[in-house]
Amino acid sequence: MNKSISLISLATLCVLFFVTSCKPKNSGNAVSGDAATKVYVAPGKYDEFYNFVSGGFSGQMSVYGIPSGRLLRVIPVFSVDPEKGWGYSEETKPMLNTSHGMVPWDDLHHVQLSKTDGNYDGRWAFGNANNTPRVARIDLKTFRTTEIIELPNSAGNHSSPFITENTEYVVAGTRFSIPPDDVNGDVAINTYKKNFKGTLSFISVGKEDGKMDIAFQIQCPGVNFDLSRAGKGKSHGWFFFSCYNTEQANTLLEVNASQKDKDFIMAVNWKKAEEYIKAGKGKKQAVRYAHNTYSDITHSATSEIKTEVTVLDSKEFADICYFIPCPKSPHGCDVDPTGEFIVGSGKLAALIPVFGFDKIQKAIADKAFDGEYEGIPVIKYEAALYGEVKKPGLGPLHTEFDNNGNAYTSFFVSSEVVKWNIKDLKVLDRVATYYSVGHLCVAGGDTKTPNGKYLIAYNKITKDRYLPTGPELSQSAQLYDISGDKMQLILDFPTIGEPHYAQMAPADLIRNNGQLKIFKIADNMNPFATKGEGESKVVREGNKVHVYMTAIRSHFSPDNIEGVRVGDEVYFHITNLEQDWDVPHGFAVKGASNAELLIMPGETSTLKWVPEKAGMYPIYCTDFCSALHQEMQGYVRVSPAGSNVPLSFSLGSTVPETK
Amino acid sequence: MKNLTVYFVVLGILTVALLSSCGGSETRSPNAPNPNGESKNPNTSSYDPNRGEGKFTNDNIVIGSSLDAPMAKSGEAIVGTKCTSCHKLTAEKLVGPGWKGVTERRKPAWIMNFITNPDPMIDKDPAVQAALELCLVRMPNQSLTDEDARHVLEFLRKNDGVK
Repeated sequence: MNKSISLISLATLCVLFFVTSCKPKNSGNAVSGDAATKVYVAPGKYDEFYNFVSGGFSGQMSVYGIPSGRLLRVIPVFSVDPEKGWGYSEETKPMLNTSHGMVPWDDLHHVQLSKTDGNYDGRWAFGNANNTPRVARIDLKTFRTTEIIELPNSAGNHSSPFITENTEYVVAGTRFSIPPDDVNGDVAINTYKKNFKGTLSFISVGKEDGKMDIAFQIQCPGVNFDLSRAGKGKSHGWFFFSCYNTEQANTLLEVNASQKDKDFIMAVNWKKAEEYIKAGKGKKQAVRYAHNTYSDITHSATSEIKTEVTVLDSKEFADICYFIPCPKSPHGCDVDPTGEFIVGSGKLAALIPVFGFDKIQKAIADKAFDGEYEGIPVIKYEAALYGEVKKPGLGPLHTEFDNNGNAYTSFFVSSEVVKWNIKDLKVLDRVATYYSVGHLCVAGGDTKTPNGKYLIAYNKITKDRYLPTGPELSQSAQLYDISGDKMQLILDFPTIGEPHYAQMAPADLIRNNGQLKIFKIADNMNPFATKGEGESKVVREGNKVHVYMTAIRSHFSPDNIEGVRVGDEVYFHITNLEQDWDVPHGFAVKGASNAELLIMPGETSTLKWVPEKAGMYPIYCTDFCSALHQEMQGYVRVSPAGSNVPLSFSLGSTVPETK
Repeated sequence: MKNLTVYFVVLGILTVALLSSCGGSETRSPNAPNPNGESKNPNTSSYDPNRGEGKFTNDNIVIGSSLDAPMAKSGEAIVGTKCTSCHKLTAEKLVGPGWKGVTERRKPAWIMNFITNPDPMIDKDPAVQAALELCLVRMPNQSLTDEDARHVLEFLRKNDGVK
């Protein structure tokens, strides 16, 4: 009978649940519900935020919905992506070109969303290539990488791609100092102190079109530049870079770059640097770097090698750069929403120094300096310091902010997030992460107006958080509700690659930005576009065979091709004639050593294919497109070199027409 | 134990009633999955098979007694890019039905609604659903503008012998 009673209770509860579920929810009971309710986004409903996450060593950028933690998209940026043909189609290959040639795999660390007046404007996302230094711009109407610019005089593009409050500049500081590109780099490594320099790049961004250009570089002493942030509000016009290895070690940095009690945060007056550039004080330097752009009109990329950059030497200008001592190899260097406070996070420190912008300005005016480092004034620590957060945890890395004057700092060594008040520097709360947290993300956490609802911790180590999948595990991200006094862990979700920095913006800002659903076929200016089946054809030019092919549910035109010979280079230029959202077609040909294509509605993509032996080669659509998708196929006949089989193509007739 | 059974039956009925009172539960014909997920739930009661569904009515379209040749020519160009991959000008079926005689079978508003707003009509129109069973490919929305649709209609009239 006890069982029956509990059954009755359970059943009654179920009914009650249905009753209450009919009532409109208000924010009150949503916040007081359990973790599952907080992260549950019902089928067909949308998430509240877009979360743009670095793909780390995958070289890509991923897009998640928050609070559900659902993966919405992986945007190919610095690595080839067979799923989307990125770096495989003839049209996209130039995007991965560099001064070193084609680089198929890089390492994307930090994501920045474009800003207007210190807040996200929903137009572009920027990402950095850490290995072969580059910055990419992603168009948030298409979620495609639309521009990539390489950075000369740089190596290990880590303190990048941080941006100013109106996206005037994307800034990139080099992690590795190296001999500049225009001198002989073939020198003894132990001449670091003499020959190696650190370079900061200021990339201007076109106000309307977003076009990037290296406006100028600042040559600095040889140290490691780690992370950076732009000033905002009152500190707009300044940039702050964390630096380590002020010991200038060139080997066993683990020990040798951890000798000094304090390294530096470098404050850069970029408005002043801009004035010097306008006054013609910069020096032209001969370099080589690639600048790649993708057009949504031609559906094609072009790569241009540029040969000059304008450089200011920090030593020659007394009022651009200042060093501020910061304990123990600072990593994060984050600016609060008001622009007044600059938080330095010494990786090996057990306290967090907070510097005041007003104090820094006063120290500069009073010349409260503690000598120079390589010709650059060093501001007295106490003169710049607002205060220290005492005993916050071990190994502070990164800080994000909410809209209530609180800061959230990640602690790698002690695996926790610590919430503290910016004004009184008191620790308010701490919560564990699983495990070894790196970057943090609050929606708008680096803007003037953060949204303090959620915080995401991106962890470096996963261990036992998921079902085991062999030696390699997905990285773990953890979502916390930070709307109350106590942070509450509400979700674990896996990410691609290793997530470094990420940013989060309200869903409406992105989804209402004029999202592109199709490419209009009438606007398609790809030189190989086929605008209608009547125009499809196969043309031989010497040993090059150009196939002008169309795809629509569910056939290719033409779908029978004969007269291709061994030794030919065949270019399949496929135009997707669909004009409806979410109807891509795929294209694959047997034996292609160059992947496949995935072609969006109204787009033209090209696959180069070099058949190596005579025979029959099927082609088919790789993306299930209709009930007759399995019928979307054809054949290409390849004959031996010198064969006299005439070039022919057809659709729907068993006897090929010859033209 | 009997009482318990009665209790559960009553509870069950109550639950079903409450559940359905929440409304908005999605029903969709399994034969006609809507790949866009954009249209409203099919509500065929108000559907007019003469007009179809969309912004056009047989009153807000002006059809001349004779052919507008330049308009038909413009329509032919659009058709070449967006339609003839699947439709023949004859009565013969290719991917979709042949076009011969379509302007005699269908009212102008129906044609213009269908080519600009195919998804809801595929879900609701009995004749289109019958055609789907034969063709098995849902007609794609080819993003025709209102003007494009009018020009395509004029070309269809030309194809049906209007001079």
